[in-house]
Amino acid sequence: MTDFLYSIFVGPFADMIALPDFLMQVLWEGFVAGVLYALIALGFVLIFKASGVFNFAQGIMVVFSGLTLVGLYELGVPAFMALIITLGVMYVLAFSVERFVLRKLVNQPDIILFMATIGLTNILIGLGQWIFGGETKTMITEQLWLPTGSSVWEPNGGLVIFQHIDIAATVIAVLMIVGLGFFFSYTKVGRALRAVADDHQASLSVGISLNQIWVIVWFAAGIVALVTGIMWGARSDVSFSLQIIALKALPVLVLGGFTSIPGAIVGGLIIGIGEKIFEIYWGPLFGSGVEGWFAYVIALIFLLFRPQGLFGDKIIERV
Amino acid sequence: MFYREAGQYNTTYEQDLQAFPIKQDKIGIAIWLVLAYLFVPFFGIPGLEYGFAMNAIMIPVLIFTITTIGLNILVGFTGQISLGTGAFMGVGAYACYKLTSYFPDTNIIILILASGFVSAIVGALFGLPSLRIKGFYLVVATLAAQFFLEWCFIRVDWLYNYNPSGAIEVPQREVLGWIVTGASAEPMTRYLVVLSILVFLAVIAGNLTRGRIGRSWMMIRDMDIAAELIGVRPLTAKLSAFAVSSYFIGVSGALMVFMWLGAAEVESFDVNHSFLYLFMVILGGLGSITGSFMGAAFIWTFPIILKELGKSWFGINATVMENVSLVAIGVMIVVILIAEPHGMARLWQIVKQKLRIWPFPH
Repeated sequence: MTDFLYSIFVGPFADMIALPDFLMQVLWEGFVAGVLYALIALGFVLIFKASGVFNFAQGIMVVFSGLTLVGLYELGVPAFMALIITLGVMYVLAFSVERFVLRKLVNQPDIILFMATIGLTNILIGLGQWIFGGETKTMITEQLWLPTGSSVWEPNGGLVIFQHIDIAATVIAVLMIVGLGFFFSYTKVGRALRAVADDHQASLSVGISLNQIWVIVWFAAGIVALVTGIMWGARSDVSFSLQIIALKALPVLVLGGFTSIPGAIVGGLIIGIGEKIFEIYWGPLFGSGVEGWFAYVIALIFLLFRPQGLFGDKIIERV
Repeated sequence: MFYREAGQYNTTYEQDLQAFPIKQDKIGIAIWLVLAYLFVPFFGIPGLEYGFAMNAIMIPVLIFTITTIGLNILVGFTGQISLGTGAFMGVGAYACYKLTSYFPDTNIIILILASGFVSAIVGALFGLPSLRIKGFYLVVATLAAQFFLEWCFIRVDWLYNYNPSGAIEVPQREVLGWIVTGASAEPMTRYLVVLSILVFLAVIAGNLTRGRIGRSWMMIRDMDIAAELIGVRPLTAKLSAFAVSSYFIGVSGALMVFMWLGAAEVESFDVNHSFLYLFMVILGGLGSITGSFMGAAFIWTFPIILKELGKSWFGINATVMENVSLVAIGVMIVVILIAEPHGMARLWQIVKQKLRIWPFPH
């Protein structure tokens, strides 16, 4: 019994202090995973704020965009041309989702819209496998001028490895979040988006076209998905199993709140780092594979104390 | 002309409260039961090979109908979205497996019905967060159940009796001299067992949802705060919904492994299956028992029909057809949601309404 308590409360911390460079490595890995979770969650938040749709298809959009990019390249299209065409595909997707799904489902209850996005998920999985095949593909990292290789940092005789692609992913993610921030704060469309997020009817009455805004916001989410797809594809491979990983964006959202962009980022980092640390230091206690559910359980416990998330709007209910 | 309640008067309260007040409905149900009990077991589905009709269509459809009814109680009647269905089926299946290894001589049907209680307890446990959180936040809570339980099915080897393959294999069991489970069980016996359990559970579900408990579920669904003010206790209502729903789902999970698959691993209970069952509920119709039958039958048979058509008419190979049917199901879901968000049950009601005034609609 004391052994067990020791291995929960003392052992892992002793390990952390004994090998600080390994701890650094784990933290870094968790940080990068967290950034990517945050990116997927960002796509959710964009759409949820603007249209109130809980877009279940965000995860598959990540896979689909990555697949399209690699698939086009394999067909012989130059890498950057493929990137542009993929952007075009994401626009067509955004446009057709708005035209053929959202517009017809205006004023339906949330669960119906949620279901529609699950239907959309099915369509995208089927299309992706049909056109590009179901096998795992390697992301075209070098062709897109993304760095490969790694640097080694040796603090006090320790050893910490930084993959260059991870650094690039972090930098690009930060740039994109800053860019989105500027877009929301300083452009006309961005202001319109914030207005729609605030109040649909009021923004309609001042002449903002909801339909246009929805296309824009789905396209923005598509771009975020594409970037996530490239980064994640470069770290592992492009395959449909990414979709399950993408589901992890849900606990991230719960932690951060459905309507908050900073929340998505902070939530992503908490989940990413927490999960890695738990897996490495406490995982052996339970048998490995704890990563699969740790995020959800954290979110679950968190929900019990703060149902609206860290940064979410307070839920007020009236009869 | 044929479907009309004109001239049928209810003269007692009992008549007024019956499940099928209209005579034609009673006849319809009787015809379905006769077909299901006397025609299908002997002749299968006309035009299809008997074994295929039983093993690939009838038995899974009946089992998934139980799942769908269970999930419908939670999603359709109580308004709590759940994505943990697959895992709760797994709980039922593993519980039944453990029960058969501890009580090898007990009647297997009793064990299957008992294993539902294990899943009901687990379901109520994971339903606890629903008291604080609702809507999409609850989806995350149920996903936690899904992934945690999936992990348990792999890591806790006590659950599959330390079997090195990690799978649960169904032993052979007899009831009254008939082989019911195991490899040598006849499709007909298995079909009749599943059908009887389905009929039994469907009657229970129908009466529960018509009665006091069902009304409290629906009040919680429509507006929980108002329901609380009127005097419905959210704790009892929500947890009973989770428990009853998980009971149905658990029984169907046990049936799926024992009466249909014969052996199962974690893959049979993963999150994609949870989506499939949710589709059945939504397409069938939220909050409708009849709809559960239609949804399960449609979602299960549609890809099979599509695959057969693609193979025999157009000569498309199976993997392509797999993807085509994925796309087709996705499109069907979106189209049905747009055309009729209340699902096939509402379409059936509309048809009945039309029949009522046919052939003189004015």
